[in-house]
Amino acid sequence: MIPVLDLQGVAFAYPDGHQALHGVDLHVHQGERVALLGPNGAGKTTLVLHLNGILMPGLGTVAVSGLPVTKANLLEIRRRVGIVFQDPDDQLFMGSVREDVAFGPMNLGLRGPELEARVFAALEAVGMAEYADRPPHHLSFGQRRRVAVATVLAMEPEILVLDEPSSNLDPASRRELADIIRSLDVTVLLVTHDLPYALELCPRSVILSDGVVAADGNTAEILGDEALMKSHRLELPFGFVPSSRV
Amino acid sequence: MGAPHGHTLHFHGHSWLHRLPAHVKLVALVVFMLTVVATPREWYPVFAGYLALLLLLVATSRVPPTYLAKRMVVEVPFVVFALLLPFVATGPRTEVLGLSVSEHGLLGAWSLLAKGTLGVTASLLLAATTEPRALLTGLERLRVPTLLVQIMGFMVRYLDVVTDELRRMHVARESRGFSARNPRHWPVIAKSAGVLFIRSYERGERVHLAMLSRGYDGRMPR
Repeated sequence: MIPVLDLQGVAFAYPDGHQALHGVDLHVHQGERVALLGPNGAGKTTLVLHLNGILMPGLGTVAVSGLPVTKANLLEIRRRVGIVFQDPDDQLFMGSVREDVAFGPMNLGLRGPELEARVFAALEAVGMAEYADRPPHHLSFGQRRRVAVATVLAMEPEILVLDEPSSNLDPASRRELADIIRSLDVTVLLVTHDLPYALELCPRSVILSDGVVAADGNTAEILGDEALMKSHRLELPFGFVPSSRV
Repeated sequence: MGAPHGHTLHFHGHSWLHRLPAHVKLVALVVFMLTVVATPREWYPVFAGYLALLLLLVATSRVPPTYLAKRMVVEVPFVVFALLLPFVATGPRTEVLGLSVSEHGLLGAWSLLAKGTLGVTASLLLAATTEPRALLTGLERLRVPTLLVQIMGFMVRYLDVVTDELRRMHVARESRGFSARNPRHWPVIAKSAGVLFIRSYERGERVHLAMLSRGYDGRMPR
């Protein structure tokens, strides 16, 4: 089966010479929920920006469901890979929730009732349909994050990439978002250093450290491996025992 | 985030003036302003007529006059300038309250004050009865270039975000014992303004990234 995400030897250096990725190999298959873990500065965000061709690898290849990420394929790649960025204020830039959710599908050429249906379905999926006509800046932070997820869902992506989705959320919003993510019928790559959240949502985890994949396996096993965790600056919250949750 | 919601100029209501389409109001405002500016300054009764018309509109809009009055502070620099005019202008002089003032300047001051106040009140009334988003749609209907309307749209969208950032920086400064009363502290304010500019610029870059990620190709979809 063709993996949804297929990264082979992806290496990248920023123009200032800083080498952020040193050859990353990663495969994500359809229907999987995978957590991408790593300390700050491990190259997580750089890697995410490779998934939809915002950044192009210096070496190696990225393919999404068999389609290579190249300049010619960008629009289709960006439809297939939906990235939800960390700050919803960066993602919601239109005057109303409806317009924001419609932005992506409109770039794909959708108009009229089909567009309406997409927008409504995406908002419904995150429980925000009744807020369609509100300006985004009048919503709470948790609501804005949910709308940010909807803006990407409306493009019907094959993989949903969430960059630190639990940051700045209160426990209730955090749980609501987890319920939403679980309810979606889509492949998910969850980029985070919120380890309990990874354990709650993702059976499989990948540790990115110093620009390479340092571990790839069962989330509970990885979080339980103290030596591994320590060597990559990953720490569980005080009193948290990973096995107790699975 | 506990930012104060809504735009401070808009007064929520349901009067006929609130319901009137934004492009009609925009055209009416421009026509009104041009007429006021073109009216010779000696036609005093006509100005009284303009004022009566405005007051009638304010009354029917149910926007409290005090609400508008508070926001008229924006006119203060012009008022100061107008008050100075009679003293600095040249020409034949006359006596007002025992002070020798220029007749020319006095007339100039009257004209500036009357026309300015009418214009500001009318604009504030438009802002109070029209939501910023409706204004943008109105401008679009009036065939204002889309790029300009979009830039204004982004401004409306991020005004709150940036003001919020400004407020947080202010609180952080005060929390460390800073107060801006002494002019020697002004450089700190200038630096904060610089930081705010850089932060907003970087946000602009992140917003652009988020737009590209959803298939933006340089043109807004229509």
